[in-house]
Amino acid sequence: MSTQLTRPPAGARAAEDGNGRSERRLPTWVPWAVFGAAAAIAFGIEALTDFTVVLAVIYTIVLGVVANYALSRSVEGRRRATDRLVTSVVTCAFAIAMVPLVSLVWEVVSRGARRLDGEFFNSSLVGIIGEGGGAYHAIMGTLIITLLTTLISVPIGLMTAIYLVEYARGRLKRSITFFVDVMTGIPSIVAGLFAYALFALFFGPGVRLGIMGAVALSVLMIPVVVRSAEEVLKLVPNELREASYALGVPKWRTIVKVVIPTAIAGLGTGVTLAIARVVGETAPLLVTVGITNATNVDPFDGRMATLPVYAYYQLTQPGVPPENAIDRAWTAALLLIALVMGLNVVARLISRFFAPKTGR
Amino acid sequence: MAKRIDCSDVNIYYGNFLAVEGVTISIEPRSITALIGPSGCGKSTFLRTLNRMHEVIPGARVEGKVVMDGQDLYGSDADPVTVRRQVGMVFQRPNPFPTMSIYENVAAGLRLNGTRTKKAEMDELVESSLRGANLWEEVKDRLDRPGSSLSGGQQQRLCIARAIAIEPDVLLMDEPCSALDPISTLAIEDLMAELKERYTIVIVTHNMQQAARVSESTGFFNLNGIGQPGRLIEFNPTEKIFSNPDQKATEDYISGRFG
Amino acid sequence: MTATRTQSEPGTSRPPRRLGDRVFAGTARGAGIAILVILAGVAAFLVAEAIPALTAPAEEVPGGRGLVGYIAPLIFGTLLAAIIALIVATPLAVAIALFITHYAPRRLAQGLGYVVDLLAAIPSIVYGFWGITWLAPRLVPFYRWLEDNLGFIPLFAGPTSATGRTMMTAGLVLAIMILPIVSAISREVFLQVPTLHTEAALALGATRWEMIRMAVIPYGKSGVIGGSMLGLGRALGETLAVTLVLSVSGGITFNLISSGNPATIAANIALQFPESTGIAVNTLIASGLALFVITLAVNMLARWIVNRRADFSGAN
Repeated sequence: MSTQLTRPPAGARAAEDGNGRSERRLPTWVPWAVFGAAAAIAFGIEALTDFTVVLAVIYTIVLGVVANYALSRSVEGRRRATDRLVTSVVTCAFAIAMVPLVSLVWEVVSRGARRLDGEFFNSSLVGIIGEGGGAYHAIMGTLIITLLTTLISVPIGLMTAIYLVEYARGRLKRSITFFVDVMTGIPSIVAGLFAYALFALFFGPGVRLGIMGAVALSVLMIPVVVRSAEEVLKLVPNELREASYALGVPKWRTIVKVVIPTAIAGLGTGVTLAIARVVGETAPLLVTVGITNATNVDPFDGRMATLPVYAYYQLTQPGVPPENAIDRAWTAALLLIALVMGLNVVARLISRFFAPKTGR
Repeated sequence: MAKRIDCSDVNIYYGNFLAVEGVTISIEPRSITALIGPSGCGKSTFLRTLNRMHEVIPGARVEGKVVMDGQDLYGSDADPVTVRRQVGMVFQRPNPFPTMSIYENVAAGLRLNGTRTKKAEMDELVESSLRGANLWEEVKDRLDRPGSSLSGGQQQRLCIARAIAIEPDVLLMDEPCSALDPISTLAIEDLMAELKERYTIVIVTHNMQQAARVSESTGFFNLNGIGQPGRLIEFNPTEKIFSNPDQKATEDYISGRFG
Repeated sequence: MTATRTQSEPGTSRPPRRLGDRVFAGTARGAGIAILVILAGVAAFLVAEAIPALTAPAEEVPGGRGLVGYIAPLIFGTLLAAIIALIVATPLAVAIALFITHYAPRRLAQGLGYVVDLLAAIPSIVYGFWGITWLAPRLVPFYRWLEDNLGFIPLFAGPTSATGRTMMTAGLVLAIMILPIVSAISREVFLQVPTLHTEAALALGATRWEMIRMAVIPYGKSGVIGGSMLGLGRALGETLAVTLVLSVSGGITFNLISSGNPATIAANIALQFPESTGIAVNTLIASGLALFVITLAVNMLARWIVNRRADFSGAN
């Protein structure tokens, strides 16, 4: 049986038999070389005609994959050739998927850096036509609304997670778990419409308030907080709860003083990631908070500017001449990415440095 | 302040499953009572009913009477939290709180309950508890280190210090040495011999030599088969159990002819 | 404490629980119930604000063809963009997951996984910016080629949009946006494949691909399906990227590369809502309700598939 398996099947045998060996392998550098050659040919052809990168890359991949398969099939046999085919397809697919990330980061950084100056951070758009101006009002708006969202979402989300892990049994637990799942899937624009519909009922149609944006974002953030907090609280060993109960500590004090401190690193990470998830949300803010050129720091009084909505309007309605507003839009986008990445890094640091010390 | 415990006809359930049936036992104060028996016979479950820890598990409940010096632990006015302050417990695996220092671990019983204590009093309590657990000399210079930085045997003594810091009347120990090496085990056994001057101690153990070494009385639990409830087969002075037990099942178990 | 609910036999009535316990448990329970209330509120308020559009005469609804005539092309556009995204993203995501779990060097794999996760964190509007300025123009020659060579297929009939802001581009941007979630879930299930299965395959002399086909794919199949359904749910509700990338003209067409495209529900709301008043707002909210229902159905199906698998693997 084993000899059967190591020998290539009938199709490739003729070529093998002449050599008298059942196992011939290509050196490891060969596939790379084949792809290099394919790239050279593809880019050469494209350079002769009108050059387009996308087509050249497609030619390279098709050519490289086919050539590798053919070569391997003639030398190593069908089974190994199929294996190589899949390997090159999977690797190419991965490489293709990396292209957007790289180009996106490059694009945003190079375009966004143009207006990354002091004025961008400390002036608003009041009275700005054309050059200059900044996003101070939008940065403040994003900070205020994100803070409010966190203040609404974390208590509700955390207490729900505590309820699910420490108290709930039976039907209420199942239905809350299920509806948290449902909530995770609410499209962000629908959350925005919900906040609008809610406030329009009390304040009349056309209302725009900062707090509406916070409510809309909370609908998106709460389920994320619940999910991550639930996972983390479940990881707290039951032995610690029992140790606390055995000391005559009531359940609620056990949760507050033993369970939560033990899980605090994970909770912090989860909350930070949840903030990162909503800080770049644009659609709900577009329909609830609107946009303004002036600085407004009162979330209960009228429109506020926020970074994502600011970026959106600067790009889509740049005015004349468009270049200045478009530059501001890219800088705002860069700031957003930096904010999100920064929060991700903070989350990692929290989980690294605040984890309970167990070392000897 | 040691107290005696009298149990009569205690049935213990997990949901609808009867895990332990009809236990009647009298545990003497200022002595060590050992509970032995094969795995799954319900000795640990029974131990956990003595400080109402059993009911922490969802669906678990207890029938019958458990009386400690005239106080019905399962009476309608008994508060499980109060019961647990009177009956301390040490677990199989050492479980110091990982977020707390050695000092805070010992002080945990009071701190977690929100009891306000002066710094000097607390220092004194921590020292006396750690001395009581034979740990003071080893840790007095590093009280602010995390509790989990100690060795397994030290951690277990830290847990004992934590349990006696709330000055209970009874101390329950659920296989306290099963996760420890022989030297740490010896240290804990010596400690138990000292502690029985002041406390009623009930210990569950798989180690029959240990039961023979440390205890005054021994209870043997057994079950007839899988899915059957565990029962207290025999409860007698340790000397009698290990030399001339009343029941044949006890003798079989002790002499290794079990099953 | 649980004891009060579980110790239900008569005769052992419990004393009232401690005040702190009651307050804390009550607060926790209240928070859980608040979530149910919020969700019910989302549904109720959307319905309440949508009703005027449902009852309004057809000519008052924007477009003048009634609510159904207004929403139908939007639903079509939403589904079309999301399905393109799904078709493109699923194989790529599986390839990424396989690459990270089975092909990449061990030490590289974790870092790569983190990079892919970062893709998920990038705000949707940034994808829109990138799609409109970087991706769309670069796709135009490719679309020309499709039109010239595959123009007989209605999907690629052309004429090619000069800006590249087409349904196909929107679908591709969405595909890139849902890649992280689909590949993350696929990666998770591929990692759960019992080593016993993979080693058994390798011990039989299988090549790496044969091992994957024999052991990994069968085990991870439903996980991948569930993951891509979750991705579909994301793609359906995605707003800003589509709003920016897609050049909208309305109407229903399968032509993916021309400049005439139906909008998606979410993009349409983002475009129209800020300038709308009166019945137009109600109409948009009604379309939002339709989107809510569609994503809800897709997500529930996805959860069901994923959970069914979870139950199954839990037995192992």
